[in-house]
Amino acid sequence: MTLAERIRPRTTTARWLGMGVAVVAWVTLYALNPPFWDWLVFDVVGLDPESRLGSGVHFFFFDTVKIALLLVGIIFVVTVLRSFMSVERTRALLGGKRQGLGNVLAAGLGVITPFCSCSAVPAFIGFVAAGVPVGVTLSFLIASPLVNEVAIALLFGLFGIGPTVMYVGAGVTIAIVAGLVLGRMRPERWVEPFVFETHLGGQVVDSSQGLTWDDRIQMGLEEVGSILRKIWPYLLVGIGLGAVIHGWAPEEFFARYAGPGNAFAVPLAVLIGVPLYSNAAGVLPLVEALHDKGLPMGTLLAFMMAVVALSLPELILLRRVLKPRLIATFVAVVAVGIIAVGYLFNALL
Amino acid sequence: MIIKVLGPGCANCVNLERVTREAVAELGIDATVEKVTDFAAIVGYGVMRTPGLVVDEKVVLSGRVPTAGQVKEILAPLAG
Repeated sequence: MTLAERIRPRTTTARWLGMGVAVVAWVTLYALNPPFWDWLVFDVVGLDPESRLGSGVHFFFFDTVKIALLLVGIIFVVTVLRSFMSVERTRALLGGKRQGLGNVLAAGLGVITPFCSCSAVPAFIGFVAAGVPVGVTLSFLIASPLVNEVAIALLFGLFGIGPTVMYVGAGVTIAIVAGLVLGRMRPERWVEPFVFETHLGGQVVDSSQGLTWDDRIQMGLEEVGSILRKIWPYLLVGIGLGAVIHGWAPEEFFARYAGPGNAFAVPLAVLIGVPLYSNAAGVLPLVEALHDKGLPMGTLLAFMMAVVALSLPELILLRRVLKPRLIATFVAVVAVGIIAVGYLFNALL
Repeated sequence: MIIKVLGPGCANCVNLERVTREAVAELGIDATVEKVTDFAAIVGYGVMRTPGLVVDEKVVLSGRVPTAGQVKEILAPLAG
């Protein structure tokens, strides 16, 4: 029996009471986090807040707890909301849609449909075999990892509502435009032929059907556990690097090479980010530390988008259904989109 | 009873196969557990979120890894 099953409520009252207690506990912990580490690191241990060690150590513990709390809260809420959507329903909505409106819808659905990149290949085959155009399918596959709940949770927690809304808007726009551009190139000729020959047999199971509130809450708890288990090493490495940069890297160092003065900083950040395989949880603590060091937000968001949207393992998986020409074009189009967004944000912010 | 575990070999699919074998053993039913890793075959069952579980060619679950207890609940009525 998993923990999520063991604490499964038996009555309606117990369920909403449990949720209420959880909300109060979360808010209390979140509010107590800054004063607690101020007290422990600076007053009890006696490190100097102005010193490198003091600010580095404080950053590490304070950020770890803060990010963990944000992840637990937002992953839970997003999973419960998303349990009303499913890939099957998304496909039904996209079926028969043409280029254009189809891309807009696909990008939007990519954000709200519960989806993991490990299912990218079956979803691709399922969409295309059901008659969804390849360009529209690609809009979905770009938006899904780019605008994900972990990224939204952390951006909101670390930078506030403004950059979060901009990030979501930019991610959806890139997915729409890249899907449209790729759709214009007749990408069907670069898709492995077996995809079009696959017949959708059997009955389609809509996994969002027939769930009770208790099921949805349990799915939320299970998802929090499984995501945290998956990302904690990335998170700790990211926060550790962030703490080192926070405490030790000289103020001018990054600003000199990647600051507003360097016109090539954005493409460079994207070039570095594409082969890196991490996720939003590993990248955002770094982004936060570098932002404190004076790097512009556009450059940093472009870096983060490149890391989360394009990853080598996912591209290798997609090779099963896409020919190398389409994979290369896909990477190029998305990378160009991210670079454009980076420049735009640098100009606006 | 023929049970098929659909999935390309990711961690979730391995977990699903494990809990399915546990459930079969605990129920003591006569069933063979097979793996289906071919993408075209997986989608052929209408499954777009791996892992999926198929009992006698009927999809009973997709998109999440259940516990052994949940698999037992699914299999028990089908075994009768």
